[in-house]
Amino acid sequence: MAALATGGGMPSDGATSFQRKVPASSRLATIAGTRPSVRHGQLLLSSGLPSLDCVLGGGLAVGTLLLIEEDKYSIYSNLLFKYFLAEGIVCGHNLFVASAKEDPADILKELPAPLFDDAHKNQVNEKETAIKSKQESQESMKIAWRYQNLPRIEVSPAASARIGHYYDVSKMVSPELLQSTKWHRFFVPEEMSLHPEIKTCNMTCGYTRLLQSIQRIIYQEGFDGSYPQKKQKNILRIGIQSLGSVLWGDDICCTDNPEDIYSLTKFLYVLRGLLRMSLSACIITVPAHLIQNKAIMERVTNLSDTVVGLESFIGSERETNPLYKDYQGLIHVHKIPRLNSLICDVSGTKDLAFRLKRKLFTIESAS
Amino acid sequence: MFLELNELLNASPERPEQGKLTLLCDTKTDGSFLVHHFLSFYLKAGCKVCFVALLQSFSHYNIIAQKLGVSLTAAKERGQLVFLEGLKSCFDVLFGEEQHVGQTNPLRFVSEDGSNLKTMYEFVRTSLMASGSDSWKCPVLLMDDLSVLLSLGVRPVDVLDFIHYCRVAVCSQLKGNIVVLVHSNDDSEDEANELVVNSLCHQSNLILWAEGLATGFCKDVHGQLKIIQKGSSELKAERNLLRIYQYKIQDKNVTFFARGMSAAVL
Repeated sequence: MAALATGGGMPSDGATSFQRKVPASSRLATIAGTRPSVRHGQLLLSSGLPSLDCVLGGGLAVGTLLLIEEDKYSIYSNLLFKYFLAEGIVCGHNLFVASAKEDPADILKELPAPLFDDAHKNQVNEKETAIKSKQESQESMKIAWRYQNLPRIEVSPAASARIGHYYDVSKMVSPELLQSTKWHRFFVPEEMSLHPEIKTCNMTCGYTRLLQSIQRIIYQEGFDGSYPQKKQKNILRIGIQSLGSVLWGDDICCTDNPEDIYSLTKFLYVLRGLLRMSLSACIITVPAHLIQNKAIMERVTNLSDTVVGLESFIGSERETNPLYKDYQGLIHVHKIPRLNSLICDVSGTKDLAFRLKRKLFTIESAS
Repeated sequence: MFLELNELLNASPERPEQGKLTLLCDTKTDGSFLVHHFLSFYLKAGCKVCFVALLQSFSHYNIIAQKLGVSLTAAKERGQLVFLEGLKSCFDVLFGEEQHVGQTNPLRFVSEDGSNLKTMYEFVRTSLMASGSDSWKCPVLLMDDLSVLLSLGVRPVDVLDFIHYCRVAVCSQLKGNIVVLVHSNDDSEDEANELVVNSLCHQSNLILWAEGLATGFCKDVHGQLKIIQKGSSELKAERNLLRIYQYKIQDKNVTFFARGMSAAVL
């Protein structure tokens, strides 16, 4: 029996390799970096910031969209964007990065490095020794020889039950970690130069291309379940930077009467359909303060699942207000989704502020 | 369905009303619990329901309906429920193959230039038309939600035309009901949306308006529900009945109480 116990990998807290029989539907919980919500089993991801996860009720649900209304100079919204992608790298998810002004490769190089505390480092070391010991125990079992040909029981390591990591903003992610990640890119200038102008369904060209690109990746990599034989499921984290800005070919940010006010909302609707039918989650930053036509922002809010607005104090009179002297800005949570349930896990505090210390970005209640 | 709401509306699944247009409206809060209520109410009443769900997936409604005691998959199988999943239809229109899409996809207007809701109206009409073997009571059209159509490029006048056509077909010819959800805001700058909401308020027989509390977020009172019942006869000039209740949403139920009488306060 001893051979069987070590064959299952080394759990860090001494748990046995006994695995409780769970119904088939909750086996989805074995996707790395996710955990089921306590309320209704909906799979939750971390947004990269544990304090934001608390505010959002445990995390971001798989298949939903997180919309960030950018602060005035997009400094902190870019930071949230990078946290989301960095969390994907650490959890081993696939990434899709779309941007109009920065090359996605440059964005990925500047992601913050994860902070491993000692306990986690031990778990990482133990995972490595567990893999080594699994290879060693391939030799034949002497006593429990009838169990020789059974498949090894995989005990999910405790590390994957933990979602949410801390990042060091002052350090960049290591190139080795980056290389082990599978990611896809969409950079507007190079996509536009590849093909001539086409307009389908009357959406701005950039949006149409982006939708086609996302749909192609979801279909080819099997995130929508089109390859059931692939046992190892994974999540696709989609990050779209500054959607709606002029560089995407949309003029809602520069004029009171834009030519086409429906492009962005149509894009969000189709994207919602794509997200709901696949194992993915999306973060989009939108320069809301530039959009003059407020009706568009109302419709965008209705079409998104989670909407968070950032308001930074740079250049405003609040910078010198003694009430806010420890903080760099406020966070407004405009909307939290109610998925598969009549209620949602909304946190009680509504006055939230964020601060960026030398290394860490945290969200606290402003009091 | 929420039993307390049935009592407040004086409605019962045994004798559902006929020929009514009910408007569900929400302001600064999420009014989708009303949609779940009416969906399970009409399914329990034995009516044939055509549900146009534009914003959420089928499994979302199914999981919540199961908590309320109704199975949507079973209802679909026995033909009582016709479910249009807007997100999936839109995906088929844009990314599906041409021959599969055909000319009858209700969301064809997304890819076309105009804001023509004719195919959606045809879809509603054919699904609610009584076929010979049906034994269901009055047909019901349930829409969640109408404001999304405006975001997809449909003009407000086309939305109102669509509702008018549906009222003629469903309420008047088939003696059924229509329940529609819209979003609204007092200080909204979305004029097209406000136009549709005002017009529907004028036409509907019953308005359920869910609002967030004016004083802000509260853990025990999630919002306020205004029930406006239009007088049944215009000739007698009966006054509209306006009642206001506050509500708290729980996992499987919504409790309603008079203003200021929340259990947490008493």
